[in-house]
Amino acid sequence: MADLLDLTAIEMLAALERGETTSRDLVAASLQRIDALDGRVRAFLSLRPEKALAEAQAADARRAAGEPLGPLAGIPVAVKDNMCTADGLPTTCASRILADFRAPYDAAVVSALRGAGAVIVGKTNLDEFAMGSSTENSGFGPTRNPWDLDRVPGGSSGGSAAAVAARMVPVALGSDTGGSIRLPASLCGVVGLKPTYGRVSRYGLVAYASSLDQIGPFARTAEDAALMLQVVAGHDPRDATSVDRGVPDYLAAVCGADVKGLRIGVPKEFFGEGLDAEVERLVRAAVSACQDAGATVREVSLPHTAYAIETYYLVATAEASSNLARYDGVHYGHRSAEHGDMIDMYCRSRAEGFGDEVKRRIMLGTFALSSGYYDAYYLKALKVRRLIKQDFDAVFAQVDCVVGPTSPTAAFRFGEKTADPLSMYLSDIYTISANLATIPGLSVPCGFTVAGLPVGLQVMSDIFTEGRLLGIAAVVGQATGARHRQPPLLDTLAGGKGVAR
Amino acid sequence: MGIERDEVAKVARLARIAMTDRELDTFSEQLSRILNYFDKLAELDTTDVEPLSHALPVANVFRDDAPGKSLPVDVALSNAPERTEAAFKVPRVLDEASSA
Amino acid sequence: MSDRTVQTVVGMEVHVQLKTRTKLFCSCETRFGDVPNSHVCPVCLGMPGVLPVMNREAYRLAVMTALALGCRLAERTKWDRKHYYYPDLPKNFQISQYDMPLGEHGHLEIETPDGDRKKIRILRVHLEEDAGKLTHAEGGGNASEVDLNRTGTPLMEIVSQPDLRSVDEVRAYCTGLRQLVTYLGVSEANMQMGHMRFEPNINLRITEDGGTAATPIVELKNLNSFRAVERAVAFEERRQLDEWDEGRLTLEQAGKVTRGWNDDTGETFVQRQKEEAHDYRYFPEPDLVVVEPEVEWIEGIRAELPELPLAKKDRFVRDFGLSDYDAGVLTAHIEMARYYERVAELSDAPKAAANWVTQGLLREINARGETFYREAVAITKREYDKAEDAIADVAEVMGPQFMQLAPHLVVSAEKLAELVSAVEAGTVNKQAGDKVLKGMIETGRPAAEIIEAEGLAQTSDTAELEKWIEEAIAANPGPAADVRAGKKKALGRIMGHIMKASRGKANPRVVTELLEKKLAP
Repeated sequence: MADLLDLTAIEMLAALERGETTSRDLVAASLQRIDALDGRVRAFLSLRPEKALAEAQAADARRAAGEPLGPLAGIPVAVKDNMCTADGLPTTCASRILADFRAPYDAAVVSALRGAGAVIVGKTNLDEFAMGSSTENSGFGPTRNPWDLDRVPGGSSGGSAAAVAARMVPVALGSDTGGSIRLPASLCGVVGLKPTYGRVSRYGLVAYASSLDQIGPFARTAEDAALMLQVVAGHDPRDATSVDRGVPDYLAAVCGADVKGLRIGVPKEFFGEGLDAEVERLVRAAVSACQDAGATVREVSLPHTAYAIETYYLVATAEASSNLARYDGVHYGHRSAEHGDMIDMYCRSRAEGFGDEVKRRIMLGTFALSSGYYDAYYLKALKVRRLIKQDFDAVFAQVDCVVGPTSPTAAFRFGEKTADPLSMYLSDIYTISANLATIPGLSVPCGFTVAGLPVGLQVMSDIFTEGRLLGIAAVVGQATGARHRQPPLLDTLAGGKGVAR
Repeated sequence: MGIERDEVAKVARLARIAMTDRELDTFSEQLSRILNYFDKLAELDTTDVEPLSHALPVANVFRDDAPGKSLPVDVALSNAPERTEAAFKVPRVLDEASSA
Repeated sequence: MSDRTVQTVVGMEVHVQLKTRTKLFCSCETRFGDVPNSHVCPVCLGMPGVLPVMNREAYRLAVMTALALGCRLAERTKWDRKHYYYPDLPKNFQISQYDMPLGEHGHLEIETPDGDRKKIRILRVHLEEDAGKLTHAEGGGNASEVDLNRTGTPLMEIVSQPDLRSVDEVRAYCTGLRQLVTYLGVSEANMQMGHMRFEPNINLRITEDGGTAATPIVELKNLNSFRAVERAVAFEERRQLDEWDEGRLTLEQAGKVTRGWNDDTGETFVQRQKEEAHDYRYFPEPDLVVVEPEVEWIEGIRAELPELPLAKKDRFVRDFGLSDYDAGVLTAHIEMARYYERVAELSDAPKAAANWVTQGLLREINARGETFYREAVAITKREYDKAEDAIADVAEVMGPQFMQLAPHLVVSAEKLAELVSAVEAGTVNKQAGDKVLKGMIETGRPAAEIIEAEGLAQTSDTAELEKWIEEAIAANPGPAADVRAGKKKALGRIMGHIMKASRGKANPRVVTELLEKKLAP
């Protein structure tokens, strides 16, 4: 049974077509794997086993009856718990302030998944309100990296990344505001894609930073990521910031992809102080491999990289302070049990419901927007944001993509960066610019450190060129063969890859 | 520039987050350090740079004035911490009538 | 005390609810008075994950208003978040417009009671969403209740310069604005439903002892009727002068103060200062894209602007020969103006039509009871299409007064025009005409039918009239002799006899002519 979970989603679909397995078996295997491992990994916040099995069964029946099927029919998937699901599971954003919140509507991407026939097995853990780089900020306890349970999976989409890395599900959705898909993808050895801003509807994604948030897929292969993106991408009239632009065939872009003639830019600012030597070695090796495969490589410059973190943390926290103002215990969410008047109720409910990092960011953002400081902080950050975007515009006039490390280090230990919030912010140094510039970015595994920890290669390209990114990921993925290595944790399953304990 | 403790208290009030004294101390220190780091931005000359306040260079997105489905009252109130039959219930507000 | 002059200075901020079917950012209906929280959805509830999308019609109506006010339309406009915490504002920010409103620098021409015209400058017009309603729970206690039906309703905010100088001007401005928005059809402006809310900003400029000083500006919040605005502004004028005499506190010292109005006591009162009330932390709304209206589209709207109230009034005076007063009454409401014009057109007797509308019809309207208008509304609902449901809603709230807004429900313009023509043609006289009007209203039958059925037609048949005349003269020899002797007044006696004998059917005009000839000196 466990072998099933070694299949990619595309391989699963093929197996289903050939009658070699059933959806019910796939979903059952997924649930068993979760049952066996999630006590330790803590990827999931909530599960819907009965409904999932019922849906799987229904998919099998449709398949048997020769009825038309969606592109993900019967495949088990996971969804980050900051995307609204209306089927009885709460949508908590890993926050105590929304611990019991039951959304009365499905997010656009959730509808898309269901419409494609996917079977959602559960909601995954995250840094509270997607604010964090390690999932240590979850209000319900951290997720552990399947490659080393003493280390973080990255964040904020740590749960989804871990679920895919531990092969609980072949694919999952996450969200990325400053690197929250790419960073955990890198630390967990999976593929993670942040699409162009506006490529995927944000309707139903609980907002952190409105002008930066995007939803994207986790998968173990570029092909699976392409399949997921195909399902969720597209215009949504309920999201005024979603672009009205046709969705290309991403799978076609990946199939038979090569990097011959691809012009790769390597930003010099990404290879300076703070970058771990092993990571650098693996990243440069991957770039060389591309060169060997026919790509040209040149050094480029993104001069404002040094200012990206400040810019991000001013823009994002300002928007976050505004987006999170609604959590006040009035219409939904946690309300303090003891309180005096209205204002007191607001203040206590929010104090009780929010974790420290969320509070910190709300305070920062409120400060940045407050009168007297707006020009110096928020407005200034918006101007620098334009400079950062212009950096990329200039570079993409010369190269087809920008390549570098996703994270300065491989997965770090719990508690290593929590003492100083600023040190945690610095882990986003390579990923943040893509969100600011609205361009797509992807992380693909390119090797392992000596300690056996995954390292990710980040690729960024111009707006609406996700196909190109996925193609490069396919080539790198094949070259490094990273997808075939599995976390040692999986060996602890009873009988090796046999029946779960 | 850093941020003074009483300024942090004001911001906490603006953000409607109750804080203990100890929290005020900790946050003051952390926020100060973060803001000092952010002062780096002042190094950049952005005199003629237009702020990027909207992520997309897109304009004129509208919807038609056509009625859609509203939620049943019970569903609308289903997450309310406190409710009457058809309304959200809150502690009495001392100020006079709402703004706008 | 030396000579001093006191000048009242008022600027108005008015919120107008736009006449759209749905809310500004979601497709919930904007209905009035239903069960609380029955017209809400995740978007207007401000639930996690929701996003606003701009209502095109709301934007169009706001643009129309800005154009009618002669504003310069922004080539590029955007929305901003205005942050404050309140239970009727679920997101704890209001989506409004801060530094790039959709229209600026226009004016509204007003007419004061003494007939003077004045241009009041409009600073800006912008579009924003409304908040919900907070009510105190019944039975006292420590709770309030929140109804979010109104949350997200489109509001247009119109801000004037402080050009108003008296209570009269303030009233003229408010009624003029109401008139404008109803003429444009951008708002129903039903005061009972709270479609218009007024916030006067008032202070005094006092010149004495060779110097001029200004009192602190008082912003009066949320006045919902013309009467409240008048009374509140008048009260403030007096109060500020008294306050000045006591303490001489100036604008520079105190700035702007917010006060509320207590309609029961007839006084303004200091509102609890909301700390940080002014730090709204505005920033551009990232979930809405900018709007750059196409010139063609704007010009299309401009081309469709209807004739504005004062222009229509002037035209009625000029082309129809109406008195200034009558023209004012007939143009006060666009429905009445359209109605009157139709009657005038069909009857080809504008002056007579004016009389029949302003006196005959309005008198009947005022005399009718509640049952009648409900029946009229029920008939309307059956006969007209859905657009008239709005009128039915208004009727529910306003009662019989609403008939002024829908005179066609009392008697159609076509039917009234027939009556006007009949009287002009001499088919019936005025007295009989009144009876016909009553009959038309009560039965819905056309004038001709009623005249026939009740036998109200006047007789102009000389032969028949001669008979009555002869008989009357014979019965009134004294008055007859007086008339022959030159005492014209005595005609009245004989006329009265003839009208009685003929049961009102004698055409008084023709009878008078014949009598005068017969009894010529």
